[in-house]
Amino acid sequence: MRRRDVLKVLLAAPAATFGWTDAEAAQAAAAAQAARAAATSKPFVPKFFAATEFRLVRVLADIVIPKDERSGSATDAGVPEFMDFMMIDQPPRQVAMRGGLAWLDVECQKRFDKTFINCADAERTAVLDDIAWPARAKPEFAHGVAFFSNFRDLTASGFWTTRMGIDDLQYMGNRSVARWNGCPAEALKKLGVGYE
Amino acid sequence: MQIIRNRTIHDVVIVGSGAGGGMAAKVLTEAGANVLMLEAGVMFDPRRDSKMMAWPYQSPRRGLPIPERQFGEFDAGWGGWTLEGEPYTSAPGDRFDWFRTRMLGGRTNHWGRISLRFGPDDFRRKSLDGLGDDWPIGYDDLKPYYDSIDRYIGLFGSNEGLPNDPDGIFQPPPKPRCYELLIKQASERLNIRCIPIRLSILTQPLNDRPACHYCGQCGRGCASHANFSSPSVLLPPALATKRLTIVANAMAREVTVGDDGLASGVTYVDKSTGRENHVRGRIVVMAASACETARLLLNSKSPRFPHGLGNSSGIVGKYLTDSTGTSVRGFIPKMMNSVPHNEDGASGSHLYMPWWGDNKKLDFPRGYHIELGGGRRMPGFGTLSGVHLYHSTGGDGGLVQSGGYGKQLKDDYRRFYGATVGFAGRGEMIPNENSFCEIDPAVVDRWGIPVLRFHWKWADHELKQVKHMQETFRSIIHEMGGTPMTPMPTAEADYGIEPGGRIIHEVGCVRMGHDPKTSALNSNCQAHDCRNVFVTDGGPFVTNPDKNVTWTILALAMRTSEYIADQRKAGSI
Repeated sequence: MRRRDVLKVLLAAPAATFGWTDAEAAQAAAAAQAARAAATSKPFVPKFFAATEFRLVRVLADIVIPKDERSGSATDAGVPEFMDFMMIDQPPRQVAMRGGLAWLDVECQKRFDKTFINCADAERTAVLDDIAWPARAKPEFAHGVAFFSNFRDLTASGFWTTRMGIDDLQYMGNRSVARWNGCPAEALKKLGVGYE
Repeated sequence: MQIIRNRTIHDVVIVGSGAGGGMAAKVLTEAGANVLMLEAGVMFDPRRDSKMMAWPYQSPRRGLPIPERQFGEFDAGWGGWTLEGEPYTSAPGDRFDWFRTRMLGGRTNHWGRISLRFGPDDFRRKSLDGLGDDWPIGYDDLKPYYDSIDRYIGLFGSNEGLPNDPDGIFQPPPKPRCYELLIKQASERLNIRCIPIRLSILTQPLNDRPACHYCGQCGRGCASHANFSSPSVLLPPALATKRLTIVANAMAREVTVGDDGLASGVTYVDKSTGRENHVRGRIVVMAASACETARLLLNSKSPRFPHGLGNSSGIVGKYLTDSTGTSVRGFIPKMMNSVPHNEDGASGSHLYMPWWGDNKKLDFPRGYHIELGGGRRMPGFGTLSGVHLYHSTGGDGGLVQSGGYGKQLKDDYRRFYGATVGFAGRGEMIPNENSFCEIDPAVVDRWGIPVLRFHWKWADHELKQVKHMQETFRSIIHEMGGTPMTPMPTAEADYGIEPGGRIIHEVGCVRMGHDPKTSALNSNCQAHDCRNVFVTDGGPFVTNPDKNVTWTILALAMRTSEYIADQRKAGSI
């Protein structure tokens, strides 16, 4: 095959030509369906999270990554549905997630006699500020810190890997490049390097 | 169970289809031999089966590994450190993780394409520092074969005139990425040479294969065949001769031996039917991977060879080595708020640092090279994880808060994207008496084939070397004005050395040598005990220099295969 033809094939290749196994294809279809369900706001029924847990997950995910002028929020990107899938897919993550959500609610109960969801913004912030910066968190909040770091990482994985997240980051690759010319002058200049 | 006995006598039966098996098939079929190739895994052609250009959101787990694909579900490799129904064991207190890829072409489908020649010193280390052993051949014996594979398979690189990192026949290297230039600036201030890496990825068309299209995804298998793998480069010309037959899903059990003391063929399990088969061959070429070949030889017991085929020396399984390895990631504030651009490039780093040290001034023997990573890679599972590990007191992008949530965090993610670099060291382990594999006396796999039991010990040599890696990576990160994202591993944590087998450069076990008492193969990789058995994988390696082993497996396999072809012509086997 000539190079030009190869590039044509690559650019034209739809996802369907990738070598999915039946199981992978079924999973991809299920995930796509879940995403569609979320998009049309038909009620998504989580497989792992209980209804109350899932409400908390949705609120917390949007606190971690809210909507702003450049892109939507974690729930807009389907992050809670992604988390539900990951819990089923990776059972070793389950206890820490479930226990962490419980830790958060119990902490709020102790301080404000309310669950996290029912707390006012300032009350939520007071708890989160104790666990969201590991380097300055007090030792007694270590379990909350561990949970929140994991939750934040999972939110980031779920958000930045969607079309919305990829466009927000302005990742410009995953395409065929006819000629590799290195990095553009502006990028080189910013780092103080050059090609001589 | 009845064994299905095929009466055809093939000129050559090859066990394995990776770098060594693929090269043997190409050379031998082109020399006129009828070849039967057994592959324990599935058929595969990256042109058809690659997941190149998939987006992370096309998978519900965003590319995370699954048990069947332990480098991630978009990776080309079917396999991992564990395989369903195919256990192995480690001796109490020891750990060795054995990676097996079960597919046509084996690990050539998803390797890093780092294609380094061994240097003249690498073949005579014992003479130089008294450790390990010398090879029965030298660089000059292999140089013509390195030249041939450079020309036929193709790779990019730069001729540097370094004494123990030989030049080659290189295509032009791709320009470095901007952050790689920043690393080079810093490393050269520390007197560490940083040069274009050598990868078997085409930057110019070669032998009907197109040049790279720079998607940076070689590990997924290249649908255009622009990089090297056995199914894209070695097996097509062998199949074109019409003299190669490939049997997939064929798990070899035993090499059979005739009354004349020569190998007569191979028995294998057809994994799709569970039936037992026997194929006959005048010559058997073992290319199943160093440990799998050792297992097969040790399991091939007969009255003539009670300790396994080719093992009268007791050396089969011994002197197993892997590369030493450890890595560090650094956050570089200067790289925050990077200018959006596509820096996928060719897969892997465009630059690397060959070993630069002087062992006379160091407390460990041999050396390592450094591979680079970082920049604006395609997001996947784990992207921007560990945001609380980004520590800085300021710098070009302003104060870094190391955590948080909300609008501040979302902006931090954007500033941090592409602002890390990674360093991975790959170093030379000295072969030792305590690192080897043998047949486990009690455990079999699902087909009843006795499995390997591993013994593994690092010596102080390796631990000191890895400590040096960690210190070097950290000093480069500091020199770049950055912060390492993990603390320096302690002596109790063995300085962060990866467990044996994790670098997947395991070689040895069937080493070559002049003396039949201390080696299994002669200098042509022919069994001392059985003249029609050859090994063309990593098994014959006497030592394991820091130069990733595939290019030398290919060169040695070509040399061995040409020797076989010459001997057939001469009528001696």
